[in-house]
Parts: sequence; C-alpha cells; structure tokens
Amino acid sequence: MAEILVVVEQTDGTIKKVTLELLTLAQSLGSPSAVWLGSGYTDAAGSSLAEYGADKIYVSDSSELNDFVVAPKAETLAAIMADAAPAAVLIASTAEGKEIAGRLAIKANSGVITDAVAVSADLIATQSVFGGSTIVQTTVTTGTPIITVRPNSTTPVAKAGAGSRVDVAATISAASRGAKVTGRTVAQKGGRPELAEAAIVVSGGRGVNGADGFGVIEALADSLGAAVGASRAATDAGWYPHQYQVGQTGKTVSPQLYIANGISGAIQHRAGMQTSKTVIVVNKDPEAPIFELADYGVVGDLFAVVPQLTDEIEKRKA
Amino acid sequence: MKIAVCVKQVPDTWAEKKLRDDDSTLDREAADGVMNELDEYAVEEALRLAEANGGEVVVVTMGPERAAETVRKALSMGADAGVHLVDDSLHGSDALATSYALAEVLAARNFDLVIFGSESTDARMSVVPAMVAERLGLPQVTFAQKVDVDGSKVAIQRQTEYGYDDVEAELPAVVSVVEKINEPRYPSFKGIMAAKKKPVETLTVADAGLDAAKLGATAAWTKVASFAARPPKAAGTVVTDEGDGGAKIATYLTEQKFV
Ligand SMILES: Cc1cc2nc3c(=O)[nH]c(=O)nc-3n(C[C@H](O)[C@H](O)[C@H](O)COP(=O)(O)OP(=O)(O)OC[C@H]3O[C@@H](n4cnc5c(N)ncnc54)[C@H](O)[C@@H]3O)c2cc1C
Ligand SMILES: Nc1ncnc2c1ncn2[C@@H]1O[C@H](COP(=O)(O)O)[C@@H](O)[C@H]1O
Repeated sequence: MAEILVVVEQTDGTIKKVTLELLTLAQSLGSPSAVWLGSGYTDAAGSSLAEYGADKIYVSDSSELNDFVVAPKAETLAAIMADAAPAAVLIASTAEGKEIAGRLAIKANSGVITDAVAVSADLIATQSVFGGSTIVQTTVTTGTPIITVRPNSTTPVAKAGAGSRVDVAATISAASRGAKVTGRTVAQKGGRPELAEAAIVVSGGRGVNGADGFGVIEALADSLGAAVGASRAATDAGWYPHQYQVGQTGKTVSPQLYIANGISGAIQHRAGMQTSKTVIVVNKDPEAPIFELADYGVVGDLFAVVPQLTDEIEKRKA
Repeated sequence: MKIAVCVKQVPDTWAEKKLRDDDSTLDREAADGVMNELDEYAVEEALRLAEANGGEVVVVTMGPERAAETVRKALSMGADAGVHLVDDSLHGSDALATSYALAEVLAARNFDLVIFGSESTDARMSVVPAMVAERLGLPQVTFAQKVDVDGSKVAIQRQTEYGYDDVEAELPAVVSVVEKINEPRYPSFKGIMAAKKKPVETLTVADAGLDAAKLGATAAWTKVASFAARPPKAAGTVVTDEGDGGAKIATYLTEQKFV
C-alpha cells in the first residue's frame, strides 16, 4: 500500500489534535507515515503517532528547522517525499501549513489543494468555498496530491500502526536560510483548548461592550470546556487579544458548536466560522445577518441570556 | 529603494460569488471587480516604506482587462507606476501558474522588496507569496504585522498561531502583510487626477517572455471535478428572550447532547 505522508503539527513536542485527525484520514487512503519536522521528538510522541496508525515515522529532529521561516521545512519535506514516493501528502490547513504546501508543490512539481474538509479514497478533496455557499470537489491532475486539511474535519480514531522510526537529516540550503527568526513571542495562553482545534467555540463581538464584558463569555466557555473567540470589532478595540480573532484575517474554525454573542455576522467573520456544525446566536437585533446561520438563536441581551445559560449548564452538569 | 506591490482584482466582497458552468472557474463577470481588500494594506505599507526610506512603488497585477481599474486605484492611492499582465491565455491559471507569471515579471525588474496581501478573498489560498519567494529563491518574510527597513535589511513581526516571531532578512525579500498592520488611505481627488498620467505597462504573455505551456486552465495542476450549491441549511429556530432565553439554549444544547 502506498504511503500517505502526514506532516505532524506540534509545539515543543506536544502533538496537536489535527495531526491525529490527518492520520485517521490517511488510514483510509493508504499506509500513514508521520513526518516530524523540528526539535522535541520523544518516544511518547512516537507512540501516540503509532497509536493513530503511523506505520512509519520520519523524524527530522533539528532545531534549525524552526530557526528560519518555512523554507527549511518545505525543503526537508520535499527530500522525504522524493524518497518515499507517497500517494499523497496531508498537511494541516494553518497559515504555515499552507505556505509549506505551496513551496512543496513547486519543488515536487505537484498540484496543491488547500482548506479541504474531506478527502475521499480516490483522493478527491472536498472544499467549502465562497463563504460556504458552494461545495467543490477538486482533484490533483499533475504530480502527487498535496492537500491541506482543516482542523476538525474528521474525528480521530485509534488504529495501531507499526510506528517504525526513520531518522532523516534536515536539508537546509543557503536559500532556505534567508529569513532568520530572531525572537519568539508567545502570547499568554490560558487553560482553555486551542481555538482552531476546539470542539466548542464561544465568541464575543462588539456587543460584549468592553474587556470586562468578556468575563461572561469566558464563564460560558469554561462551563462547556470551550475555547474563546472574538470578532475583529472586539480585537481591534483591544478587548480581547488578536490571536483569538475568528474570520477572514483571524483563525478559521470548524467546531462542532459555535456560540456567537453580540456579533452581527459580517462576511469577513462568517468566512472564519461558516463550516461550524451547529451555530447558536445571541443578539439583541433580530435583523443581524448572523441569525441566517443559526440552528438556534435568541433575540435578547447577551448580559441576561449568557449568564443564565452558564448557570443552567452548570446545574445540568451537577 | 524599488518596491513592488502585487495586487489582485477580485469580485466585490459582498457580492454573491459563483463558478461558471462551462469551465468551473470563478465567474468574474457576475460581480463588480474591486481591489482585494487585503491588498490595500500591502499598497499602504509600500507607500509608507517609500515615504520613510525614499524610493518608488510599482503596482503589479495579473488579471483580465478590467483589472486595469485596480492598478488605477493603487496609482491614485500614490503608487508611481503600474505593470499589468493581461492575456486571454492566462484565464484559469492556478496558484502555481500565477506564482510563475508573477515571479518572472518581478525578476525582470530587480525590486528590493516585493509586498503582497496575506490572502485573496476569492481564492483564499494564502500561498502565492510563499510560492513567489520559493521561485525567486528570496527570503520569505510573510504574515507581517509590522515591517521595518533599515539599509539593506528588513525586519518584521510575523503573526503566528501562538503570537508572533521576529524575523530578519537581507534585501531583496518577499513580504506579505496582515490587515492589522496599518489603515489604508483613501485616494484623494488630487491622487485620482494624478493617477491618470502615471505610466502603466501592459504586457502580454509573449511580451513578458513567459512559457504559455505553463499558464492557463490547460496547465493547471488541479481540476474542479464537480461543484454544487451547498444544500440550503434547514432554517433554525429563533426565539425572543422572555427571561428564559438562556434556559432555552441550555435545553437545546442538552437535546443535541452538548451538555
Ligand atoms: C480586510 C478586512 C478583514 C476583516 N477580517 C475580519 C475577521 O477576520 N474577523 C471578523 O470578525 N471581522 C473581520 N472584519 C470586520 C468585519 O467586517 C466586521 O466589521 C466585524 O466582524 C464586526 O464585528 P461585530 O459583529 O462584533 O460588530 P458589529 O457589526 O458592530 O455587531 C455587533 C452586534 O452586537 C449586537 N449587540 C450589541 N449589544 C448587544 C447586547 N447587549 N446583547 C446582544 N447583542 C448585542 C448588535 O445587535 C450587533 O449585531 C474584517 C474587515 C475587513 C475590511
Ligand atoms: N493575479 C494576481 N495578480 C497580482 N497579485 C496576486 C494575484 N493573485 C494573488 N496575488 C497576490 O498574492 C496574495 C495572496 O493570494 P492567494 O494566495 O491567492 O490567497 C494576494 O493578496 C496578492 O497580493
């Protein structure tokens, strides 16, 4: 069975959930091979990858891969791809994942598809485009399909793989050393799940009316074990940090449940949350366009509705 | 300093977008064309860098005849000159082909800095800047929320999943900018009048010395097999809060097994 390369998303050695999703997808396409690019590889990480189906684990455990922007990862991945001759390469559809995919496509003379929400056994990718109004089936006609897949597109399913480790030296040419990372700033991260990966996202917009107002949003999020998101109106006003912006120029999320509070539903916001499975809306304006997406909506003041909802959830959990 | 800024004309953000039945490409006739709104930030940043460091700003676009309006808009914001690659054979080009064409046009003009938007609102791939950097073998300093040029160096803050990275590179380099970097200016009346006299070089595929076999729909490495309108979502339930709105949502969430 042909190999399916899955690029591992990890921070400091911790594997992200999207990687397990991609391995699960790869199980249905061929023999999953995980590709680890960067420092921090551990046997425990290897075991998790094998648990979700990785037959092979290519490990390029070099801190240099993180010292320069994108190019070294694309170059090392291209070398692995040339040796492995896989049937497809799967990468998480994050900003950096897409950049790696784009550069890899040129190096490997292969077509690239971004933002897939599903990939069929015959390697046809499904994309949801134009703000979710159109569903497109796309195939790669030249080279090896390179497909970036959105987080939360599949549910991880464990299936033991052989997990044999193959060490690979990083390939970093002079041209790949052009953009040097000189500093890294990690914004404060609370105990909540990561926005792009969360199964539930609770968001606040201009209606939250200030940084303090986000207290009610966070309380609801915590009652559901959810991540917190924000509209650009809220991040621009400085009420919530920019990393939590959902939308065209923020994060794309595709959770099981999205709760939009005090958000009108501008096209740029919808672009980042339209593929959410279930949408709940709280807004005092019955004409707000976000109601068009609602599975369940309440026209009302979020400062009354949201705390009551949080209390009810806490009661039901007790 | 010679700065290129790559802009794309896209269907109006608010217009309904659809694919053509004949060749499954975006129907660009169906809606008004506007400058990709994320490219306005790229134009603004180019103008600011030229104002601060001295230099010239050249706007570069690939697109149908009417994309000339978008070049004109960048000129009326203050760019000095335009390059418009226009040729029927370009229709249907994918990101790989677009990056090839742009890279060749840029390489022939020796820029110190090439600035892109972070994403086109129609294709939404966010790959063209990285691809152009790859093709030109230039440093990729993309997703910048801050750009500083100092002599022969460019330093940016690269927006990341977790915050940002500080990144440095020698010029020439390829930059893309995110929307929070600046506030794009509106063209002034004077700017609009001045734009009419600014030089725009219109190039065909042959003029630009491009290999036609690498361009257009037939050269695309991906193919839309089929497409369909998303089945309309069943209308949801919307209720007015009568003091029990939160409880009602809780009941719904329990029914749906979220709680
Ligand atoms: C280039 C560009 C990129 C952009 N990218 C993004 C992006 O990534 N993400 C994004 O979100 N936006 C983005 N935007 C901005 C977008 O166009 C909207 O301006 C923004 O989404 C509006 O945020 P909002 O819904 O919170 O605010 P508003 O549109 O002001 O809506 C506030 C809503 O809150 C309701 N409300 C007020 N008070 C209450 C209350 N007490 N209880 C209940 N409801 C209340 C109001 O009825 C209203 O519907 C972008 C814009 C541009 C030009
Ligand atoms: N046809 C084009 N002409 C000029 N610039 C383009 C074109 N297509 C894309 N770009 C640039 O590449 C960026 C990213 O586009 P994309 O990869 O399509 O999301 C845009 O913001 C533009 O700066």
